[in-house]
Amino acid sequence: MNGMNWMGRESAAALRTVSRMGRLAASAACIALYCSAATGAGLDAFAGKKGTLDIAGGTAHIPVMKEAAKRIMQANPEIRITVGAGGSGVGVQKVGEGLIHIGNTGRPLSDEEIAKYGLKSFAFAIDGVAAAVHPKNPVSNLTPAQVQDIFAGKITNWKTVGGADAAIHLYTRDEASGTREVFWEKLLKKGSIVEAANVVASNGAMKSAVSGDPGAIGYVSIGHIDETIKAPTLDGVAPTQDNARSGKYPIVRNLYMNTKGAPQGLTAAFIDYIMGPEGVKITADAGYLPLSR
Amino acid sequence: MRPKEPCDRRGADRLPSALLCGAACVSAALVFSIFAFLAAFSWPVLSGGQLGSLLSWHWRPLAGEFGILPMVVGSLCLAGSAMAVAYPLALGVCCFVHGCGPAWAARPLFVSIRFMTSVPTVVYGLVSVFLLVPVIRGAFSGSGFSWLAAALVLAVLVLPTVVLIIDTQFQAVRAEVRVAAAAVGLAPSQEMRHLVLPLSRRGLAIAAVLGFGRALGDTLIPLMLAGNAPRVPGSLLDSLRTLTAHIALVVATDSHSAAYNSLFACGLILFLATLCVNLGVLSVRGRRLG
Repeated sequence: MNGMNWMGRESAAALRTVSRMGRLAASAACIALYCSAATGAGLDAFAGKKGTLDIAGGTAHIPVMKEAAKRIMQANPEIRITVGAGGSGVGVQKVGEGLIHIGNTGRPLSDEEIAKYGLKSFAFAIDGVAAAVHPKNPVSNLTPAQVQDIFAGKITNWKTVGGADAAIHLYTRDEASGTREVFWEKLLKKGSIVEAANVVASNGAMKSAVSGDPGAIGYVSIGHIDETIKAPTLDGVAPTQDNARSGKYPIVRNLYMNTKGAPQGLTAAFIDYIMGPEGVKITADAGYLPLSR
Repeated sequence: MRPKEPCDRRGADRLPSALLCGAACVSAALVFSIFAFLAAFSWPVLSGGQLGSLLSWHWRPLAGEFGILPMVVGSLCLAGSAMAVAYPLALGVCCFVHGCGPAWAARPLFVSIRFMTSVPTVVYGLVSVFLLVPVIRGAFSGSGFSWLAAALVLAVLVLPTVVLIIDTQFQAVRAEVRVAAAAVGLAPSQEMRHLVLPLSRRGLAIAAVLGFGRALGDTLIPLMLAGNAPRVPGSLLDSLRTLTAHIALVVATDSHSAAYNSLFACGLILFLATLCVNLGVLSVRGRRLG
C-alpha cells in the first residue's frame, strides 16, 4: 500500500476496508479526473479516432513531436504515435516512399524533392542557430567576420578575438544537417569550413562536445542553449527567441512537417493540433518560436 | 515425439541435413546478394565518370568533390594502430593464462576478458567521451577527439576477440604437447616459447586477421571519438574519419544526391576489405590442411 501514502491515513484505511467494487469505482473516478485535466480544446479533434501515426526525420523537432504525441495518446489510447529520428534527409525519403505519415525537415524541401514525391510542407516553428562556446570562455561577443575567419581557419587562437591564449578547437556538423545548412548560409555566408574541424552527428552531441572542451567553438539550435554552453552575442545581439522573433537576430530557419499529398484523417488532425493553440504552447515550451496559422 | 522406427531413420536424417543445407544456401545467397546490391548501386558512381572524383583527397560535397581516400586511409590507420596495441596485449594475456602466470590470477583474468565481450560498444564510447578525451586534451594539445583516443578504445574493444581466438588455439595445441613437455621437464615458459607458440603460428595469424577485420568494421567508436574530420591525419592527436563513420554521418543526406550515391562505393570498399580479410583466413586455414 505504499502508493497510497498521498491519500492520508484515514482514507487509505477506509479504502482497505471497502469492497472490491468500491475500489474499482475509486480508480474509475481517478481516471475520469485525470482525463478531464489532460483534455484541452485541441485534443477534442482526436475523440473517436483510432489508428497509428508514424513520424520521423529532423532531430530539432523531436521534443515538440514527443510532447504532442504523449498528450494525444493519453487523451485517446486508441491512437498510437511513433516519433523517430534520422535527420532531415531521412524524413524526406521515408515520407516520400510512404513509409511514414509525417517526415520532418529543418530545411525547406528542394524543388526536386517536391516534384519527385508530391510532398506538402507545413512550417510550424522558427528556430535560430547560434555559435556556442564553453561557459568559462571569456569571449562574450563575436562579429560575423570573426566567426567566418574562425571557421575558415584564419583565426586559430582565442587571443585574437579577446580571449585567453589558447588554441581554438572547431566543431561542425555533417553536410546532412539542417543546422549546418542555415549556419553556413546565413552566418558563414557560404564560406569555407576548415577540413580539420571535428564533425559531430547531432545537436545533442555538439552540446556535449562544446560543454566539455574549454577551447571549443561550435554551433547549435537556439532551443539547445542552456547553462552548459555559452552563446556569444553576434555584433551585440544575443541569440534569443525574442531577438529571432523581432528579426534582430538573423540566423534563423523554419522547422517543417511534410506529408505526401494533402494530409488526411489522423495526419491532418495531428498537424492541426501542432498548429493550434495547444501545439503553439508546446512548441514555445520546447524553446522554438511557434508559427500559428 | 515418439522415436522413429529404424526403417524411417534415413528419412529422418535427411530432413535435418536438408534444413542445414538450406540454411547454408540462404546465408551464402544473402552475402552474395549484398555484394550484388552494393555493386549495382555503386555502378552509376563508378561508371559515370565520377570515379576520379571518388578517388581524390577532398570530401567537399557542396563543391562537387566526393573524395573518399582520406576515409580509406583513416580506416586503415585506425584499425592498424588499434591492432598494434591490442595484439601484443592479447598475446601476453594468453601466455599468462596458459601457464606463464600464477594459476590463481589466470582464471579471474580470463573471466574478466570474456566479460568484456558483453560490454556494448556504445558504453565504451560514452565513457571515453567523458573520461579519456579530456585526459588526452589536457595531456597533449588539440581537442582530444583524435586518432589516439579512438585507437586506444578500439584496442580495448577488439582485445577479447583476439584473446578468445588465440586461447582456443593454445588450448588445442597444449592438449597435444602438455604431457610431452612435462616429460622432458620443460618449465611452462619454455613450453610456451618452444612448443606452443611455434605450433600456433596459423592460429595467431587468423587472430590477427579477424581482429583487424573487427577493428575495421566498427562504427560507433570512431564516430564518437575520432573527431571525424575528413582528411588524412598528420599525427596521433589529429582528428580522422573512417569509412564506417563516414557512412553513418552522410547517410542522412538527400537520398538523390551524388554524396549519398558515393556511400555505396564506400560500402563496396568495406565489403571487399572484409572479403579480403576472410579470404586471408581461408588461405591460412587451407595451408594447414594441405
